[in-house]
Amino acid sequence: MSLHATHRDAGQVTVVDLSGRITLGDGSALLRKTIRGLLEDQRRKILLNLADVDYIDSSGIGELVSGFTAVKNQSGDLKLLHLTKKVKDLLQITKLYTVFDVFTDEGAALRSFS
Amino acid sequence: MALTTKHLEMTLETQVESVNLAEEMCLRVAEAAGFGEDDCYRIGMSVREGVINAFHYGNQERPEKKIHLAVDLTADKMIIHVLDEGIGFKLSDVPDPLAEENLLSTSGRGIFLMRAFMDEFDVVPGKTGGAEIVMSKKLPAPGSASPNGRGGQNATPQQEA
Repeated sequence: MSLHATHRDAGQVTVVDLSGRITLGDGSALLRKTIRGLLEDQRRKILLNLADVDYIDSSGIGELVSGFTAVKNQSGDLKLLHLTKKVKDLLQITKLYTVFDVFTDEGAALRSFS
Repeated sequence: MALTTKHLEMTLETQVESVNLAEEMCLRVAEAAGFGEDDCYRIGMSVREGVINAFHYGNQERPEKKIHLAVDLTADKMIIHVLDEGIGFKLSDVPDPLAEENLLSTSGRGIFLMRAFMDEFDVVPGKTGGAEIVMSKKLPAPGSASPNGRGGQNATPQQEA
């Protein structure tokens, strides 16, 4: 299953709803394109909703980190919402769970940007 | 009683699609061997990472080079070999992705994930001159739960052309 991405604005925050797999190839490329596109539109508060992402490989992890760094470099914030168990486990064993701000409630995530 | 080893192998092109192909093939073998859902996920991820490593680092994404994948199913474990046609590397030269200075690196986690997800993992010089990743997962005990409802320790994998 390839990756699908749609985004919606919630005030100053852009919520990106992702579904599918973030893996080497199209999945990682779409995530990169989506985040870079938002930065070009001056959208620097980004919440990635990963509720329907059930698989990420090392390429996808690299793309998440790349996006996080790119947003930070423009004085923005990139946060994560609704991790599936597999994705949460992956971020924990790679010690990235403590790098990202991770939320289980969208309202709380949105408030954290202000 | 004689213990038999089932063996299959395939030669893959150095292209992104080979990563999915290798993962799917090994998942079929793992399911037929009786591995449960969690172990299948770990095996599939490890195969992905092994082939990504061969594709990107070993073969430098050069299409004239091949990736050689082999799977052995012995009486007690599933062994996976991923061989590239690069110049090889030493495990000791691979940076630790958990080190503070590497946490925000955008690459370099594949070896770590294979080590984490498989029971045994090593990199040896391959017959092509490249690196050969050898990793294995112990088979589930006979009669243990098989959430996918298929196979068991003596299941036979589908032979690939």
